[in-house]
Amino acid sequence: MNKIVEKEYFSEKVVKIVVEAPEIARSRKAGNFVILRVGEKGERFPLTIAGADPEKGTIILVVQTVGVSSSKLAALQPGDFITDLVGPLGKATHVEKKGTILAAGGGVGIAPMLPIVEAFKKAGNRVVSVIAARSRDLIILEEQIREWSDDVIVMTDDGSYGRQGLVTTGMEEVILREKVDECIVIGPAIMMKFAALLTKKYNIPTLASLNTIMVDGTGMCGACRVTVGGKTRFTCVDGPEFDAHQIDFDEMLMRLGGYRNEEKQAFDNYVHQCQCQKEKP
Amino acid sequence: MSIDPETIKKERSAGWREELRSKTKNKDRVAIERVHMPELEAEIRVHHQDREVNRGLTLAQATLEATRCMDCVTPTCIEGCPVSINIPKFIKYIESGDILSAASTLKETNALPAVCGRVCPQEKQCESRCFYVEKLKKPPVAIGYLERFAADYERESGSCNIPETLPPNGIKVATVGSGPAALAFAGDMAKYGYDVTVFEALHEIGGVLKYGIPEFRLPNAIVDFELENLRKMGVKFVTNFIVGRTATFDDLKEQGFKGFFIGSGAGLPRFMEIPGENFNGILSSNEYLTRVNLMGAHSDDSDTPILRGKNVAVIGGGNTAMDSVRTALRLGAERAIIIYRRSEVEMPARVEEVKHAKEEGVEFMTLCNPVEYFADKNGRVNRMRVVRMGLGEPDASGRRRPMVIEGSEFDLDVDLVIVAVGVSPNPLVPASLPGLNVSRWGTIIVDEDKMQTSIPEMFAGGDIVRGGATVILAMGDGRRAAEHMHSFLMTK
Ligand SMILES: Cc1cc2nc3c(=O)[nH]c(=O)nc-3n(C[C@H](O)[C@H](O)[C@H](O)COP(=O)(O)OP(=O)(O)OC[C@H]3O[C@@H](n4cnc5c(N)ncnc54)[C@H](O)[C@@H]3O)c2cc1C
Ligand code: FES
Repeated sequence: MNKIVEKEYFSEKVVKIVVEAPEIARSRKAGNFVILRVGEKGERFPLTIAGADPEKGTIILVVQTVGVSSSKLAALQPGDFITDLVGPLGKATHVEKKGTILAAGGGVGIAPMLPIVEAFKKAGNRVVSVIAARSRDLIILEEQIREWSDDVIVMTDDGSYGRQGLVTTGMEEVILREKVDECIVIGPAIMMKFAALLTKKYNIPTLASLNTIMVDGTGMCGACRVTVGGKTRFTCVDGPEFDAHQIDFDEMLMRLGGYRNEEKQAFDNYVHQCQCQKEKP
Repeated sequence: MSIDPETIKKERSAGWREELRSKTKNKDRVAIERVHMPELEAEIRVHHQDREVNRGLTLAQATLEATRCMDCVTPTCIEGCPVSINIPKFIKYIESGDILSAASTLKETNALPAVCGRVCPQEKQCESRCFYVEKLKKPPVAIGYLERFAADYERESGSCNIPETLPPNGIKVATVGSGPAALAFAGDMAKYGYDVTVFEALHEIGGVLKYGIPEFRLPNAIVDFELENLRKMGVKFVTNFIVGRTATFDDLKEQGFKGFFIGSGAGLPRFMEIPGENFNGILSSNEYLTRVNLMGAHSDDSDTPILRGKNVAVIGGGNTAMDSVRTALRLGAERAIIIYRRSEVEMPARVEEVKHAKEEGVEFMTLCNPVEYFADKNGRVNRMRVVRMGLGEPDASGRRRPMVIEGSEFDLDVDLVIVAVGVSPNPLVPASLPGLNVSRWGTIIVDEDKMQTSIPEMFAGGDIVRGGATVILAMGDGRRAAEHMHSFLMTK
């Protein structure tokens, strides 16, 4: 049981929560994630650790409500407890001084990108960040990203903030402007796919951090498998970061839809339940 | 682990045993037929994931079955038991009507008799060495059923003894994992007076007993009862804690832990690496069983989704495959097929599971192996290609090597495929302990007698040492490790 100590809405659908998890706050590294469960009937699902305070013994999670589990988590209030939380899981980002790093984050992917940007900056790199989302209210953590970046480009699909266009437009601009030694991309699978195609064109080594379906997060089930360089790998233990140019994104996109019908059904039930509860006098 | 033949002899010549032997003639004992386990009918049980198939013997049935046992001078059955339970002694207690003493006898060497009575492959162990089989060519005494009977009787009687523990010695020891190996270790160390903490990565204690073996074969309540006993003995349980990640071994040493038992299991599922295996609807048995057994995905109020298939193929011939295929039936499959590359005699599953699966309507396609999967436009598997196999010369495992019969491919319509072709050791612990000696296969290397690893204060046992093995072997390892860690820490 882990207590929520703070909660902040970045937008209607994106929530930052600060959770007590003293051991994880101490042992986590950039790139690690946790698996959580809300309620005794809850599902196990992964969230990347967006930050930690070892002194206070807390970690930061950012969750976008998309289905039952994320909605249940987002509905918790400070003082409430998360039923189960385990981590840190996954391999940490390999951080070293490489020169110029281009970090591209899309939507809620900006949150897990933050600790990586911070780590690369602290390792002495020049960091250029491109953060992108559908519209203004979905751009999160801009200030914090700015704090650890030498330059930041903001892109929105609808042009409501920053520049209009996709994340790849901003990335290409940077690539054409200066020498980039490595790229990191985190976001929706489709965004990472196109970002990877772009950097491949320019031959820039690129890492993508994958958000596959997971159950245990310890290598026990294989729900998280992806094909990288023609080989099946487990995202939770072999990843979550892989060479973006080797990832079979089409397969990953297909696998993300593996439980779509079941998830939609569950979400509809959940929404219905919530409404019924609200309608009760 | 073995018990001294002198002890066996001495106990056999106890007055009550001699009296019991003289009460019934061996001729009459032999004439009794082996008991049949009362079972929930196949037509009913295929609709219930959570109802145990075997109902357990009645007192009358157990007493009669116990009478079959002739209390042999040289009880070869004990040699067949990996933890050397004094089998005739516990069975004779049942015959004499003293069931609680039978249960205590079991517990002298077996920490979880209610579990082992249900899941041990008795037909390959104790029962295969029974006098009835070896000399009379008759069905063996139902040792497994009797073990379960005694353990259940004790639990239900409410007069379950909490084993006595020595006064606390204040020394902290930890287990990594909470499967049968770790639990057996924890129980013994608690008896020696240690301050034991069990660390488990998942949110439930029990390892495979909880996430793997289904409720229809091993009810969770049985495991929970044993856990409660350990708790009463002072064992502490910490869930959601991955040793090596949440905290390192060094962190734990700093917190005062002096010894570690690694029972982290063989968690990593293997796949066959054939084309199409990553399509949706193709999953490991671990994923399928975890969703159902650990997460309750089959019940409506669970948030965890589960794929239900009409035509389900399960690849493999072990207990995991049987558990998966029978779960698929219970979740509504119209056709559930076992696809196994050898023949039925080579199947590693318990004979009883194969029997139950057949009664429930599972089809067996033996000497068949998948070669490729196909999917619909959404990437959901809809067809598989299978090739027929023949058997060649015996391989390293002593089983005849399966060989592809060229040109024998055929296709099957399937919408769910569960791959149960084995597991590899969980690499989390070895990866976080650079000084630990590990084999080519990733298993932890130990001194076989002491279960001590290359790092003196670390002992290991169960599947992480043996690869995929059995509950009873895992427990035996845990107990041996406890014995030797105790002497190691006492002489340090
Ligand atoms: C579906 C299925 C059916 C089976 N049926 C039978 C049967 O009928 N009869 C039989 O005898 N055997 C059976 N087996 C095999 C048997 O269950 C195993 O041999 C036995 O459970 C091994 O015990 P263990 O203690 O070594 O590990 P496990 O039971 O595998 O437990 C290991 C535990 O350690 C945890 N862990 C791993 N790493 C860490 C870490 N770093 N920190 C904390 N925790 C960690 C894991 O989460 C897991 O819970 C079956 C196995 C399966 C999968
Ligand atoms: S989530 Fe189960 S193996 Fe990765």
